[in-house]
Amino acid sequence: MSRLRMTPDAREALTRAGFSRRTFLKGAGVLLVGFSAAVVTEETGVAQRPGPFASQNAAIAGEVDSWLAIGRDGHVTAYTGKCELGQGMYTVQLQLVAEELSVPIERIHLIQCDTGVTPDQGTTSGSQSTPTNFNHRNLAQAAATAREALMGLAAGHLGAPVAALVLADGVIRVKGDASKQVGYGTLIGGRKFNLHVSPAARRKPQREWTVLGTSVPRVDLPEVATGTFEFVHNVRLPGMLHGQVVRPPAVGATLVHVDEDSVRGLPGFVTLVVRHNFVGVVCDTPWHAIQAARRLKATWTPGVELPKQADIYAHLRAQQPSRDLLVVDSGDVEAMLRQARTTLTATYLYPYQMHGSMGSSCAVADVKDGKATVWSPTQSAYPTRSGVAMLLGLPIDHVHVIFKRGSGCYGLNGADTVSYDAALLSQAAGRPVRIQLTRKDEMAWENFGYAYVIDQRLGIGPDDAIVAWDYEAWLPTFGNRPGYSRPGNVVTGFLAGFDPEPFEPRHATPPTGRFRNGSNVAPSYVAGCIGGACGGAGTIRSERVLTHTVKSFFFTGPLRSPSRLQNTFAHESFMDEAAAHVKADPVAYRLKHLSDTRLADVVKAAARRAGWETRPSPHAAVSRAGIARGRGIACVAYEGDNGYCAMVAEVEVDQATGRISPRRLVMAVDCGSISNPNGLRNQAEGGALQGMSRVLGEEVTWDDHRVTSVDWETYHSLPVGFDIPVVETELIDRDGVPATGAGETTITIAAAAIGNAVFDATGARLRQAPFTPERVKAALAARDGAAAAHAGVAQA
Amino acid sequence: MDISLTVNGRAHTVDVDPTSPLLYILSDTLGLRGPKFGCGLGQCGACTVIVQGRAVRSCVTPVRGMQGASITTLEGLGTVEHPHPIQQAFIDEQAAQCGFCVNAVIMTAKAFLDQQPHATEPEIREAMSSVLCRCFTHARMMRAIRKYAAHRAAAAEGGAR
Repeated sequence: MSRLRMTPDAREALTRAGFSRRTFLKGAGVLLVGFSAAVVTEETGVAQRPGPFASQNAAIAGEVDSWLAIGRDGHVTAYTGKCELGQGMYTVQLQLVAEELSVPIERIHLIQCDTGVTPDQGTTSGSQSTPTNFNHRNLAQAAATAREALMGLAAGHLGAPVAALVLADGVIRVKGDASKQVGYGTLIGGRKFNLHVSPAARRKPQREWTVLGTSVPRVDLPEVATGTFEFVHNVRLPGMLHGQVVRPPAVGATLVHVDEDSVRGLPGFVTLVVRHNFVGVVCDTPWHAIQAARRLKATWTPGVELPKQADIYAHLRAQQPSRDLLVVDSGDVEAMLRQARTTLTATYLYPYQMHGSMGSSCAVADVKDGKATVWSPTQSAYPTRSGVAMLLGLPIDHVHVIFKRGSGCYGLNGADTVSYDAALLSQAAGRPVRIQLTRKDEMAWENFGYAYVIDQRLGIGPDDAIVAWDYEAWLPTFGNRPGYSRPGNVVTGFLAGFDPEPFEPRHATPPTGRFRNGSNVAPSYVAGCIGGACGGAGTIRSERVLTHTVKSFFFTGPLRSPSRLQNTFAHESFMDEAAAHVKADPVAYRLKHLSDTRLADVVKAAARRAGWETRPSPHAAVSRAGIARGRGIACVAYEGDNGYCAMVAEVEVDQATGRISPRRLVMAVDCGSISNPNGLRNQAEGGALQGMSRVLGEEVTWDDHRVTSVDWETYHSLPVGFDIPVVETELIDRDGVPATGAGETTITIAAAAIGNAVFDATGARLRQAPFTPERVKAALAARDGAAAAHAGVAQA
Repeated sequence: MDISLTVNGRAHTVDVDPTSPLLYILSDTLGLRGPKFGCGLGQCGACTVIVQGRAVRSCVTPVRGMQGASITTLEGLGTVEHPHPIQQAFIDEQAAQCGFCVNAVIMTAKAFLDQQPHATEPEIREAMSSVLCRCFTHARMMRAIRKYAAHRAAAAEGGAR
């Protein structure tokens, strides 16, 4: 335990708070003690099955001391397993603690995602940080419990009932008697609370908030803007070496031979590391490591032949076996479609896309004497600890993972894999090793967002309402987040000989249990009824939603709004097709099919804010040439109930070039009670524009053997200088309503909102992302061709 | 090979591989945190530094050509206590998410606007056309850049009077 290495930040905070490192490790809130039978629950945000490598300290999430410590000087140290990835979580968690404890933010130090000291909250992901830590549990509830305990201690100390006390700035006073007061430091400084987090502790009601609910500026931005912030890329250790990896030249290639002589005499060369199909070099400087990796002569098998990119969607449909899931099935869809006045069908296509982080991923590891410390940008500190332990063959408690912010990730970029790289290289070198992946290694081998083929059918009844909705989709997967026991889910673990999670085919069985729409696989307009209980956001009772997961040849993983975005693109575009078919206004037609009032409210709010003109699409005055202008709407109840959002997009389409220029994006967002309005706006804006970039240009490409979108000329991200639209966000703050996720709401609907606006402008329907100029021109040509004017629409 | 550089006003003589890109000298030999490796290909801007008033992509600039050069990095503009006006504009607008690209955006925009204080909006966009931000904080960043442009233009006017 004494070998535990703390970050200077953590050490400084503890010292300042009046703890010696030694007493801290023995006493307050620390976790290296063995916990028997780990209780791993969703409550802590850890959704992993218990197993030999599962979290060992999720159980301690029930203890106040796991979340908070108060120093003799009254300073507060808080611990969180939800880290700052660029979404403002660091600042807003400070606000949370400040609010519940009535302590100024400046007197709080927050330590995030450090397996030495913070609670295991699994992965910072899935729009779960706010719901997990800001509602009635975990960090929020621990702080509320602590405040009540401190008030109780003060009552004893001051000889007055709690009801006679007032609290401000970490000092408790007796009402009307200024001489009687006591601070937190005196009450408990340097000692443990020894308290369970109490579900009964009273959270401060939103109307009493003075810190939470306000736009506190990000505390990290002054350092970021002045170039002094320490990213993981800036971590430097004494005696540190630099590594690079040599990935296979083709998908599926395995190592035959490595010629160490090809690099042995190179300047600065230290060692070659080979483990199964993992190959890396370690040198004295980053530049020498890059040179050595380039010059290393290695022989590989040819790998697999990849399906032609042009045939990918047919390939996905044809894959057998598949893992099938019926999310909902009313059993009468075919009959209702046969009876319907009109049946619409359409197929939507979505490509593999990548996280493509601005900075390639980087980690630093120091493995020696059977212990490992890894400075990692992973979103999953504890799971990464397990993965590193498995890779290095070390006991789990001999591995320490310290989160250090990396480049924005939005899911699963190279952060986990590079942490494994660093650990393997350092273990071999016996010295600290830093590695930052090359651009190509980052982009060619990350876990891409899923490609999708989605077949939609719906039936329209005599009153123009939708009477049945049928959805069937195919998506490829391979690997995933490594979790606590699957390092083979990312490329380094896989190359080092660990299997990814197995692909388990299964036939669809009738849906049971509660309807859940966590991947937004069902449209918002269906009732979502299973066994008589309905959990959907809409009114359509005849419904079937069926997915086929097939094997991917690339690694896949959660890219911001995973599946939710692809599904919502298909649902919201198809809804628009239905509205257009019956010549209904797209907003009114949506509202007609929604039962969820929060979703309906954001639709109305976005339309109102945008000055929505009630009329059907396409625009009556569509001209077939020149610049066309139009507007479209889309909405989503993210994951069914984790954030509500609608967007109106206004676009211009140059019908000669096929270029789409979004001019205005107007959003309404309801994420329950709002912790930091400007932070929420930042997320909404960034999500909308990222969604715009993804739908206008982003697509992973490949040839017969390898990924070819490996830099910013071959993978198209809209630059800062792009003529970006005006972005307006209306926030709906719901007092006292549990906080939901927010960061994945707007991105989910950007594609459909823009596609629907293009239809409104031109009468051309875009069903394949990204909306490249070529595809737009093809859609315009289809519009103009008499036979193709009703492509995909069959009169029943 | 010994190379003499002045970085943020401080003179350094460093013994380096002359083929090494300037970036590694700045970030590893000198331990600076502003310039970053983003792509290593000069495509994203993360490594941008200012040399003789020009934005230079240090990841594709061999250090051997920088003998005697005077280089400014993001940390050379201002400090947390006294940020440069363009840094202050980014803080005021909360124009960042992960912050990894902030070096790219600030250094490119500053070099451009200092040369062309009266640049038009399309000219600014053109100057930023090969700078990336994958968090898509574009709207806020452009607001911050315009704020600095207004400041710069006012300063230029003041200077002319």
